[in-house]
Amino acid sequence: MNIDLTDTTSSQINAALVQARRAVGSAVGMVLTLVIVTDEGNHYDALKAASEASQEHPSRILVVIKRPGRSPRERANARLDAEVRVGGDVGNGETVLLRLHGELSAHAYSVVMPLLLPDAPVVVWWPEEAPGHPADDLLGTLAQRRITDAASTEDPVAALGLRARVYAPGDTDLAWTRITPWRSVLAAALDQKHAAISSAEVEGEEYNPSTELLALWLADRLGVPVERVVSPGPGITAVRLNVADGVICLDRPDGSLATLAVPGQPDRHVALHRRSTAELIAEELRRLDPDEAYAQAVRHGVGQLHKRPGQAQAVPAAQAAPGAEKPTRKAAAARAADGEQGKPEKKSGKQAEQPS
Amino acid sequence: MSVSANQPEQSNPLRTSQDRRLPRIAGPSGLVIFGVTGDLSRKKLMPAVYDLANRGLLPPGFSLVGFARRDWADEDFCDVVHNSVKQYARTPFREEVWRQLAEGMRFVSGTFDDDEAFVNLRSTIDRLDKERGTGGNFAFYLSVPPKYFPTVVRQLKRHGLSEPPADSWRRAVIEKPFGHDLASAQELNQVVHEVFPPHEVFRIDHYLGKETVQNILALRFANTMFEPIWNRSYVDHVQITMAEDIGIGGRAGYYDGIGSARDVIQNHLLQLLALTAMEEPASFDADALVTEKLKVLHAVQLPEDLGRHTVRGQYTGGWQGGQKVAGYLDEDGIDRASVTDTYAAMRLEIDNRRWAGVPFYLRTGKRLGRRVTEIAIVFQTAPYSPFDTTDTQELGHNALVIRVQPDEGITVRFGSKVPGTQMEIRDVTMDFAYGESFTESSPEAYERLLLDVLLGDANLFPRHQEVERSWEILDPVEDFWAGHGRPEPYTAGTWGPKAADEMLARDGRSWRRP
Repeated sequence: MNIDLTDTTSSQINAALVQARRAVGSAVGMVLTLVIVTDEGNHYDALKAASEASQEHPSRILVVIKRPGRSPRERANARLDAEVRVGGDVGNGETVLLRLHGELSAHAYSVVMPLLLPDAPVVVWWPEEAPGHPADDLLGTLAQRRITDAASTEDPVAALGLRARVYAPGDTDLAWTRITPWRSVLAAALDQKHAAISSAEVEGEEYNPSTELLALWLADRLGVPVERVVSPGPGITAVRLNVADGVICLDRPDGSLATLAVPGQPDRHVALHRRSTAELIAEELRRLDPDEAYAQAVRHGVGQLHKRPGQAQAVPAAQAAPGAEKPTRKAAAARAADGEQGKPEKKSGKQAEQPS
Repeated sequence: MSVSANQPEQSNPLRTSQDRRLPRIAGPSGLVIFGVTGDLSRKKLMPAVYDLANRGLLPPGFSLVGFARRDWADEDFCDVVHNSVKQYARTPFREEVWRQLAEGMRFVSGTFDDDEAFVNLRSTIDRLDKERGTGGNFAFYLSVPPKYFPTVVRQLKRHGLSEPPADSWRRAVIEKPFGHDLASAQELNQVVHEVFPPHEVFRIDHYLGKETVQNILALRFANTMFEPIWNRSYVDHVQITMAEDIGIGGRAGYYDGIGSARDVIQNHLLQLLALTAMEEPASFDADALVTEKLKVLHAVQLPEDLGRHTVRGQYTGGWQGGQKVAGYLDEDGIDRASVTDTYAAMRLEIDNRRWAGVPFYLRTGKRLGRRVTEIAIVFQTAPYSPFDTTDTQELGHNALVIRVQPDEGITVRFGSKVPGTQMEIRDVTMDFAYGESFTESSPEAYERLLLDVLLGDANLFPRHQEVERSWEILDPVEDFWAGHGRPEPYTAGTWGPKAADEMLARDGRSWRRP
């Protein structure tokens, strides 16, 4: 059931929700409120992913669409329009699209606050254009979990550096979610007996923050030097752990089927498909406690980054001929440092599916 | 239940307890299915293997070996698995996942007494160790009628397949029925344990793999609001029901002579009873759980007068859900004089401080009103009511119902005032729809159980002591029935014989309509 409300208020929306729920007769036990902060151009994809994820996590989805307006007249005219969707094809739970016009777009907090489910966790997701400091953002303060996506920014590596500096418990990034399958295969590989690891290499597309995060995670956990190698992609293409008797190599040239090579064992195939945004969000919503593993990994880079700020000259060569020369992870991190001086968060055109 | 009873390797630097995203992936291993052409294998096991692989929970190099009498090559087997995966798998089909799996599929053709076939199986497994790095770790799934168990396990021993090479494991997975009485169960356990040590034998009771059943433990032991009333001071009685709407279908050969009590009560219902009634285990590892389950099963007492407190029935022809169905005695392959029970109900008591005097009513049957499995905790009425009896006329007992299947979830029933000027109190229900909201992603029982076998996590598997104790409970009832008349007839599509209603009426109670 859909109810459209023009020039409305939060309490009218609440009334509409109750009305819609009665009409549909659904009484699904919703487990959380998911707030998506986006704009008119991007809300469709984000909502689609969230609705799919709500199959697993029945939730109230609040889509905050900001429309500050272009002309002074539009900007002065604050108005709230809402679209309430319950039942039907919106997955489990309830969806409210909130269009915040004019001045109101700067006060999303006041609209969202009364619409949160009582006593249930709140998750805020910025599919693009996350605030510089999510935990300090007014909407962010409402949430147990704040989801950003470094891959949707103009300079993903810089975004990671920023995330590391402003990290607060509850922050998480889809760039991190994307590498869970890689991490679990690597962890499973090291569950077996293996010789000591001396160094590692992570190879992936250039503007792919997941590659950096995977490298940071390995560096942090293994305590060995990790090299970041640029490849044409798609996404992450290989991880090599150098051990005394050879290389443990997880290689995925095509973005779906990987090969795991371990010294003294036959090569084996592992399916490592690149997951859709819906799957990523579903994984994010599975745990709402602070992700300490993410914090450790993303922060690992910050220390490195301050130690060697002056290696940025290695970068142009790599950009000219990807793969021809291997810029180190530290160089990549240095690039991140440079990026942060400029505009840290900027929207990039592509979105929706940018998996690991 | 416990997240990781035995995660391998003590010090993997990539694993930390804070990193909750990393799933448990089984170590290098393979699965050998005997009777791979059967229904269970096609409809449940193969899809479960694929779904596990799709969720990234199987190790790279995981291999699946089919063993059956068909004259198939590896490719034919692959095709069969492919079809069953396409038809029955829960998760979407992905080519790359399939490729990963298909590379490790092998088929061994032969009968169970055929030595050559087992020699062949052995060399297949050795080759897999070399080609796929399965590391000698294999689970043997016996999806075959129990009469073949002894032959198969002895063949495994004879050909050295049950002996794990150094640093590896060999496990046996068996399906119910685990015997048909105590003596046969003991004999079976002896046969299997001769070959596989008890902790490497996994008995599948697929009910225990269901999310709701695992949720019983979460409900009871992770919350505070239920435990204080979970005892004889508040509970009037407990009803555990497993009803099926289907008849015996094509299982006449298996079912006749076994009956519903042996088929269902001995394993599923007594397990549900144990989980509902047991005390809190010291931890959620397999040993602690089995200790508590055994303790409560040992406290189970049969009624003294079995004639008054047990009932068996047999369905007769009738209409069910708009279809005309045949009676049990008219089913294909059934002896016209069969006394097999298709319905069984009994009252059990648990002699301990928590439950003394609280009857547990168990019932199961085929061709009942609808397919449902549930545990209903029915509470006592309020000791004193300030309301007039007319006000509360429509108020029944409070109840907490754990719906195991279908529509998994929990219902709480309590009284509420009917809106209006009069004080009138009527039952309302509050629903937690576990099944409704989570079905799309909640894994099938077999997925969970197969993964646990590969991980060596025995939490969700009944141990042989439990199986034997369950037979000890049921055997006297079966003996009594064998010596006393025939099952009561009941019309298909109803909720069982009248005698079952009378059995509860004698105690001043009545069955819930589930």
